[in-house]
Amino acid sequence: MSTLTATRPAGRVLMHARGIVLPVAVLIVLALVPKLAVDIPYVFKDTLNTPGTLQLLALCLVFGGLAMTYDLLFGYTGLLSFGHALYFAVGVYLVAIALTKWHWSFAEGLLFAAAVGIVLPLLLGAVSLRVGGIAFAMVTLAFAQAGSILAFKNPWGWTGGEEGFGTDYTKLPAAFVGIFNTKNLYWLALGYAAVVFAIVRWAVGSSPGRVWQAIRENELRVQVLGLRPYGYKLLVFVLASFLATAGGVVYLLLQTGPTTEVTTANFTLTLLVMVVIGGTGTRWGAFVGGVLYTWANQRLGDASGSHAVESLPSVLRTPLQQPLFVLGVIFILVVFFAPGGLARLGRIGKALRS
Amino acid sequence: MSTLLLLTITGVGLGALYFLIASGLSLIYGLMGVLNFAHGAFLTVGAFGMWYAESKLGGLGVLPRFLVASLVGLVVGGVFAALVELVLIRPLYRRHIEQVLVTVGLGLATTALVVAIWGNDARPIAYPGWLGRTTTVAGAHVPNDRWLLIAAAVVVLVALTTFLKRTRYGLIIRAGVENRAMVTALGIDVRKAFTLVFAIGGVAAALAGILGNVYFTTADPNRGTSLLIFAFIVVVIGGLGSLRGTAVAAVVVGLVQQYANYYASTGLGDLSVVLLLGLVLLARPRGLSGAFA
Repeated sequence: MSTLTATRPAGRVLMHARGIVLPVAVLIVLALVPKLAVDIPYVFKDTLNTPGTLQLLALCLVFGGLAMTYDLLFGYTGLLSFGHALYFAVGVYLVAIALTKWHWSFAEGLLFAAAVGIVLPLLLGAVSLRVGGIAFAMVTLAFAQAGSILAFKNPWGWTGGEEGFGTDYTKLPAAFVGIFNTKNLYWLALGYAAVVFAIVRWAVGSSPGRVWQAIRENELRVQVLGLRPYGYKLLVFVLASFLATAGGVVYLLLQTGPTTEVTTANFTLTLLVMVVIGGTGTRWGAFVGGVLYTWANQRLGDASGSHAVESLPSVLRTPLQQPLFVLGVIFILVVFFAPGGLARLGRIGKALRS
Repeated sequence: MSTLLLLTITGVGLGALYFLIASGLSLIYGLMGVLNFAHGAFLTVGAFGMWYAESKLGGLGVLPRFLVASLVGLVVGGVFAALVELVLIRPLYRRHIEQVLVTVGLGLATTALVVAIWGNDARPIAYPGWLGRTTTVAGAHVPNDRWLLIAAAVVVLVALTTFLKRTRYGLIIRAGVENRAMVTALGIDVRKAFTLVFAIGGVAAALAGILGNVYFTTADPNRGTSLLIFAFIVVVIGGLGSLRGTAVAAVVVGLVQQYANYYASTGLGDLSVVLLLGLVLLARPRGLSGAFA
């Protein structure tokens, strides 16, 4: 983009302004949502300002943010990790365990999760980045699987096994507890998504960010240019993992407690699905993919009980009752017919209009 | 002593189950460079094909019913895998990332579809009584289904090795693993070998599904996904594309898992397998056999 616009300073300034104005406008609109008593039929069950809708929207925003952190690895640096769930789960589980099982204060729990959220990816990243390609994917999968097994195994009764456990809500900040405060949780989730968006934009535009994209295109060439890809890859791995841990904490506040679902390899696969549906390595793709996936997953689940679906013949009704089936099929269709995801489709649409 | 023997035999039995899944994965990766995330789906489809056939064959005795149903499961698994290759993998020829992504989507969708049709609960399986009993070897009471697993894995290993070494198609596949561009340059349609390898992998995975039904006494829609992760570990430890390496790695993984689960504590077996993978990859990034770059 910069090479295209370098010869046209006016265009560049415009581009720059648009790069800030649009996200800020989106942020303002989203921030006003809890104040709007608007009913959007079919899209949401209730009006926008009801706790149910806000809860769903908050979940969408958290996963939108989380998808952006995965896109840092996969979309911008070309690192196919199958272990991103681990770092998300660190945020979810460690804070909950620290508060509920060790009776720490919320601030102590946060500090602890933040410390682990930096040290753990630094260690595991340093080890797994020694190998590349499929081997890297498998090592990250293995480490995440180890975490998942631990969560299932319930060591010292800390993780609660398969069912998980409920967080001790008396330790949480009062503003984030109770159905009445769902709007605060929504704003928190929005804040998370906005901060991740800003950090990702800033990071990929910085000089290490350019090296990440160069590594994605041709790692050998980066080496030949005299740079060591290892350090840059470790940097993006730690950054993405830390942001995922932060997302885990926000997710925990939205839920009653941690469950093993967020530790599994399938969870990382759904992140991959979100990013690819939205469009990898683009400004909005991963975020939009994460939001749409989460929304569709929830709403398809709701819709499976609705009259419209119930009245369908069973050949159609049965598959529609499983959101993952519908999303899996959509995912395959996107890979086949819309490589580049929704972001690319949007760009084509714009080109056709002009 | 008898405990150690029992653990060893059951460990090898578990390894045999892993080998049945991993052999197809390894061949597919070796030949096509595709890490097949839909392989767990092949297993599930085979396992449920067998369960479904069994539930429809009410009139027969237990043994013929079991055999016929197993045959149906194998055929369903093989045909499904071949169709997947023809319809979904082939159009994306040479686009490896997209191929992997498609198998990811297919794996998720197939499991969800099976859950949608038959529910999330495990379905009980009928099998000949002999398989549920034990045979005593030097004081160790070994469940008979472990013998069946080991026998099946040995048969598959021998059959695959013979096929690869003695037949024309085997030659093409071996050459394709070695250097696909060269095989194509010699005017051989290597794509037929792709479909064939998928079908073989599908049949082997379906066999794992059927024997898994016996091993766990139920057909479970989520088993494919959980076994697939261990199969991945086996394939990577064994060296992608090497059948013999896969066989050795499968036995090692099965044994480590059984020993650690018994001598250390339950659940630690899975953990030690994962650690084993980490160690092997860091010491030898190409796996134990290192046959495939």
